[in-house]
Amino acid sequence: MSSINLTIDNMQVQVEPGTTVLQAARQAGIKIPTLCYLEEINEIGACRICLVEVQGARTLQASCVTPVSEGMVVRTNTTQVRQVRKMNLELIMSNHPQECLTCPRSTNCELQQLASELGITEIKFAGEMSSYEPDYSSASLVRDPRKCILCRRCTSVCENVQKVNAIGPQERGFNTIVAPAFLEPLGEVSCVNCGQCALVCPTAAIHEKDQTAEVWKVLADPKKHVVVQTAPAVRVSIGEMFGLQPGSVETGRLVAALRKLGFDRVFDTDFTADLTIMEEGNELLQRIKEGGKLPLVTSCSPGWIKYIEHFYPEMLPHLSTCKSPQQMFGALAKSYYVEQAGIDAADIFVVSIMPCTAKKFEAGRHEMADSGHQDVDVVLTTRELGKMLREAGIEFSALAEEEYDAPLGMSTGAGVIFGSTGGVMEAALRTAYELVTGETLPALDFHAVRGLEGVKEASVNLNGTTLNAVVAHGLGNAMDVLERVKAGHQYHFIEIMCCPGGCIGGGGQPIPTNREVREKRMAGIYNADQGMVIRKSHENPAVQALYKDFLGEPLGHKSHQLLHTHYMPRNRH
Amino acid sequence: MEMYRSHVLVCAGAGCISSDCKSVQQALLANINDLRLDNEVKVVETGCMGPCDLGPVVMVFPDGVFYRKLKPEDTREIVNEHLLKGKVVTRLLHSPVGSSEKVVSFNELEFFKRQTRIALRNTGVINPESVEEYIARDGYRALGKALSQMTPEEVVITIKESGLRGRGGAGFPTGLKWQFTAAAPGSPKYVVCNADEGDPGAFMDRSILEGDPHSVLEAMAICGYAIGANKGYIYVRAEYPLAVERLELAISKGREYGLLGENIFGTGFSFDVEIRVGAGAFVCGEETALLASIEGQRGEPRPKPPFPAQEGLWGKPTVINNVETLANIAQIVLNGAPWYASMGTEKSKGTKVFALAGKVNNTGLVEVPMGTTLREIIFDIGGGINGGKKFKAVQTGGPSGGCIPEAYLDTPVDYDSLNELGTIMGSGGMIIVDEDTCMVDLAKFFLDFVQDESCGKCAPCRIGTKRMLEILERITSGQGQEGDIELLEELSYGIKNSALCGLGQTAPNPVLSTLRYFRHEYEAHIRDHKCPAAACPELLTYYIDPRACKGCGVCSKACPSDAVIGEKKKPHTIDLNKCIKCGTCKQKCKFDAVITV
Repeated sequence: MSSINLTIDNMQVQVEPGTTVLQAARQAGIKIPTLCYLEEINEIGACRICLVEVQGARTLQASCVTPVSEGMVVRTNTTQVRQVRKMNLELIMSNHPQECLTCPRSTNCELQQLASELGITEIKFAGEMSSYEPDYSSASLVRDPRKCILCRRCTSVCENVQKVNAIGPQERGFNTIVAPAFLEPLGEVSCVNCGQCALVCPTAAIHEKDQTAEVWKVLADPKKHVVVQTAPAVRVSIGEMFGLQPGSVETGRLVAALRKLGFDRVFDTDFTADLTIMEEGNELLQRIKEGGKLPLVTSCSPGWIKYIEHFYPEMLPHLSTCKSPQQMFGALAKSYYVEQAGIDAADIFVVSIMPCTAKKFEAGRHEMADSGHQDVDVVLTTRELGKMLREAGIEFSALAEEEYDAPLGMSTGAGVIFGSTGGVMEAALRTAYELVTGETLPALDFHAVRGLEGVKEASVNLNGTTLNAVVAHGLGNAMDVLERVKAGHQYHFIEIMCCPGGCIGGGGQPIPTNREVREKRMAGIYNADQGMVIRKSHENPAVQALYKDFLGEPLGHKSHQLLHTHYMPRNRH
Repeated sequence: MEMYRSHVLVCAGAGCISSDCKSVQQALLANINDLRLDNEVKVVETGCMGPCDLGPVVMVFPDGVFYRKLKPEDTREIVNEHLLKGKVVTRLLHSPVGSSEKVVSFNELEFFKRQTRIALRNTGVINPESVEEYIARDGYRALGKALSQMTPEEVVITIKESGLRGRGGAGFPTGLKWQFTAAAPGSPKYVVCNADEGDPGAFMDRSILEGDPHSVLEAMAICGYAIGANKGYIYVRAEYPLAVERLELAISKGREYGLLGENIFGTGFSFDVEIRVGAGAFVCGEETALLASIEGQRGEPRPKPPFPAQEGLWGKPTVINNVETLANIAQIVLNGAPWYASMGTEKSKGTKVFALAGKVNNTGLVEVPMGTTLREIIFDIGGGINGGKKFKAVQTGGPSGGCIPEAYLDTPVDYDSLNELGTIMGSGGMIIVDEDTCMVDLAKFFLDFVQDESCGKCAPCRIGTKRMLEILERITSGQGQEGDIELLEELSYGIKNSALCGLGQTAPNPVLSTLRYFRHEYEAHIRDHKCPAAACPELLTYYIDPRACKGCGVCSKACPSDAVIGEKKKPHTIDLNKCIKCGTCKQKCKFDAVITV
């Protein structure tokens, strides 16, 4: 179909059919303010901020949901448009607490930003305000309905991207609230704690459970030996908290910053990512050899684990029994490391820096205590770490790069790519290929499993046996893959990451996290991999030493005791 | 078929049910049986006849004798005198307000005489549970005609040429809607009947569904044939259990008789209907919210376009017509477009059903040609204002509409004339108010309704209507401030211009129209702290007229705040500091000595 001609603010604009007025205006370089709009995720025309005049229309039109038509005449900057936009924003603000100074999202709040852009200097419409209480029931997330502006981005991402439907609009009119059905507490429903809602929230109505105080306290305690592990995806996003570009690889400065904060040892989750490949890779080969349950599905992502427990409990036997790298780390820190370092396991405190809100829930699971203590004590998100560094006055971008501590800081490029969708699969293939064929892999990069496409498939020839692999990220895509398995598709190995883009797009990452940011962080991950000397997990000398000195062999007795776990079916509702 | 010499029609509309027509009917039957007249006289339970305030009402045919306000004990006399001896029971006849003359036949009553009943042709006449009675009155003949003698295109053209416009409120040309849906790509297509009638005081659709359900089913099948749909849904509110029951019965009878289902009349055309019961949200009358609700989603509107004609139920082309709209269809198909278009005004053809409510003598349901004046409807058919009070205004279009003051009573009613007056036709509710009604309070009532019924999706409706209500509450409680009227106007224009759906876009109308015609009442509340209609309790001051007060002490005893003081047998006074303005003294006083200003 040919393109469509329209006039926006007296400019002739030519766009593709199906374009919205908002998109057309953006293409023409005209800015229309938006609030509830979130490209491809939430296009519902609810906030009525992006209003424009369309000639011939009875009322102002929400440009985000109005399709262009031939000959359309649009005005985006008339007195009426500006007045009504302001009125609607003032109305929204009249039901929003004026607590900007003490708000966790202050200076990174879209409502605050918009109020400034639209020149709001007073709120004429004072009146009753919503009085719903905050919900602290979740291990990962806090809902503060008072700050909710009902843009529905969170519900859209939960319903349409993750397909979890844990939250949605309840009640109606002025009493409308975004909450679980029947206003159940978030911690008691099938929320998987992925935190995608917090990522898209324009205000502080849903945010991570802030545990920085616990970490400050323990850092100040001289009796505690506090160790920290950093997830692969944090190194390519932490810089954003300090104005650096997404995807900038900040591993060295991240280590330096954590030392400055006062951690006794700075370790890397990438180490246990390599270890995961050893355990999971061998589990896969064993299942193939011995006719075990196939396809094998990865178990690194705690949001994914809770999802399958709630929604596909009958498929739990497909899951790898491997703990996630975070939990393997905790278990080893409180067994192997304390043994080596001569520390009492009761005195060590393990902090994780994760791109993830679900990791907070995972760390608290009762079964995650195989070391005799809770394996991981506190999980902080990338955002919380940024906050601590700011509070400590650490000028991140001015830091000199430093190295991780040994032995749990030693890692490979395979460990780093765990941070991106397709990364676990690629790391596993690098190792599995060499273990099975006994040959050196000719090309390390498996491009078929990289990128933001929702479901990616690849087949690899391992000594005459074809291994069918599939990768999915985002739970909506995960659901599709599970349904394919149910329908009889022959897969051997499935990687699933809960969040779109994998951990680089995790719910604990800096805001904004959108498609463009995800792409940049992903590029950062593969840059970091390229920059590593060793890029295959089984070649990690610290992992080899761990097996030699402590664990014995992959899937051995000690591994099973410390590194493997089990799952529990949960109710759907 | 058995023959009876007399038919006694007992109205079993909701109004008469609430005035206990069931007992009247039972007593009637018992008395008929006692006198062994049951082979000669047939009692028929019908849908709503219209004059609800006169219920329980009964008509005796063949003469059309109209009895009103019956009690079970009255039936013995009717049976003994009228049905047995042929003597009309005069004392149970109706005399219109202001007349002592008893009117025998319903045909002679202004209330019925001035009506033209098309949508209501069978309501109050036939037994709604009998498909045979519907068929006996040309029922399903129009469907037969459409299927056997007309192409789908001809049906669409007929409806287009009839000039019929949507009776649910917006007045969109029905034939055009059918044409768009017929032409839209996509399959299957659907016919949806919107029976989520929710305006306060409106019950046109309920009466049709309860009184003549087959007229809706037949029309849906005709629409299905015209647009190429084989499936219809009736979305009816849960508050209409009788309508649901009668629809269910009608659907099952329709299937049994081959009027619905596979291969209707052997023509190869199949059409079936299912009922979906709403869950009590007014906004589900908005078509996109209604579709969402049928689909099992939260009943919330979505932006248009796409319109339901292109992407409706489950994303498929869908016609959504209101009950009353559909109730006209069969008659148009049978009698032709020119017949229908001969009634009404230039741009509003045919008839319209109105529900008269409020301070009018004949509350109830009436159907008149478009273009009938408000004065005819309210005074000639409606019998004028009750209690000898003065007419002040009529609210049309429910919470989406506005009020019309006395100066415009001679306006011929149609879609366009009402729009010009700042209100809308809406679904046909007419709430008549008299001099005792405060117009700010009236606007507050409707704002309270819409803010409560707002779905909460878009900001202007969710928060804006709440803020408007708060301002109105402030004004009616004497806390109004200078600038409140301007604030109301700013909110009104902003909400009208920016809300997502029709509910929000029309929500400010009651405020705008009362400001247009009764701005002085707002100003009196704000500036003088007075309610000109003496209706807002917090703005009243209670006095005791010393000339009228006998000092009986009844008010003093009744006062909950000990505000009435005075010695026995001497005029009392009210301590205004203690008075909580509850009005108890005024109610209790036998001498009308308590006055309010």
